[in-house]
Amino acid sequence: MLPSLTVLLLCQLAGEVLVRLLGLPLPGPVVGMVILFLGLLARGRVPQGLDQTVKAILGNFALLFIPASVGVMVHLGTIWTEALPIAAAVVGSTVLTIVVTGRLMQSLFKPKDKEQA
Amino acid sequence: MSTDLQSIWVYLATSPLLGLTSTLLAYQAAMWLFERCGRRQMLNPILVAVAMIVGFLMATGTEYRTYFDGAQFVHFLLGPATVALAVPLYHQLPLLRRAWPAVLAVVLTGAVVASVSAVAIAWSLGGSERIVLSLAPKSVTIPIAMGVAERIGGIPSLTAVMVMLTGMVGAIFGGWILDLARVKLPAARGLALGIASHGIGTVRALQMGETAGAFAGLAIGLTGLATAILVPLMISWVR
Repeated sequence: MLPSLTVLLLCQLAGEVLVRLLGLPLPGPVVGMVILFLGLLARGRVPQGLDQTVKAILGNFALLFIPASVGVMVHLGTIWTEALPIAAAVVGSTVLTIVVTGRLMQSLFKPKDKEQA
Repeated sequence: MSTDLQSIWVYLATSPLLGLTSTLLAYQAAMWLFERCGRRQMLNPILVAVAMIVGFLMATGTEYRTYFDGAQFVHFLLGPATVALAVPLYHQLPLLRRAWPAVLAVVLTGAVVASVSAVAIAWSLGGSERIVLSLAPKSVTIPIAMGVAERIGGIPSLTAVMVMLTGMVGAIFGGWILDLARVKLPAARGLALGIASHGIGTVRALQMGETAGAFAGLAIGLTGLATAILVPLMISWVR
């Protein structure tokens, strides 16, 4: 658990450093994800301890979005005064994006029979 | 309230303990309700937990900043959890080797559709300029969305709210929309949820299975990158 958590934090740290060094328009953790992915490619397999830690963390992924989401309360006034354009844009655009990208991916990519796509 | 209780509350109200504990309690209560009611997405655990906490903070007159002092310990874990998405992605390596050209084409299309449609809808319904601009990067992960909002003249903290609302809509209605649109391929379902609704969409995709979860996680970074480059460009063409 602890060594795996350290690996995750080290990847994030390396990501943050790279973002600042190269002026990338990406958050550090996303670059950290790429770094860990490359590390796994180089190693050729996922160490068992890391696999278990990641399952535990992603099993409670929803929890991690709560603190930022509570921030909605700060802007309740603004949201209320422009409720119609906000609600229509958020719902309409999200539905449209899901339909367009889901259909497009399904038509562009045909998995082979044995692949569990 | 007796003076004893009052002094205890005065202490608790400013201590990080309350923000952290209430977050964990609300999450577990929301998860219990979600499981208990047959995993109905209308009872999305994030939505229910946030509603409980906002209600509690408003009832006790606690400011968001005070709450966040405690909740930031949970918030911090978003970083390592995002890094962790590399693991399900690695498990999909054989599939990814063949799917990546399609993934790139779909992500680019999705980034444009998500931002242009949000701006067009809000603008045509009379949304003010700051709302319209704050909505443009709403489909991507918060740090990228806030950075883009700042560059194009939106309000970053308002954009964070739009990002959250977009995530909720995708998580609650996403599965149902994909069923209606007859999108059955797990890779396509996950990718769509990740493109439209970033990390919160990915939470939903992970519930569908590992393949959907991995493609949603992949979409977070790629859609964020495409949006960070394309949205400021498109806004400068319009101006």
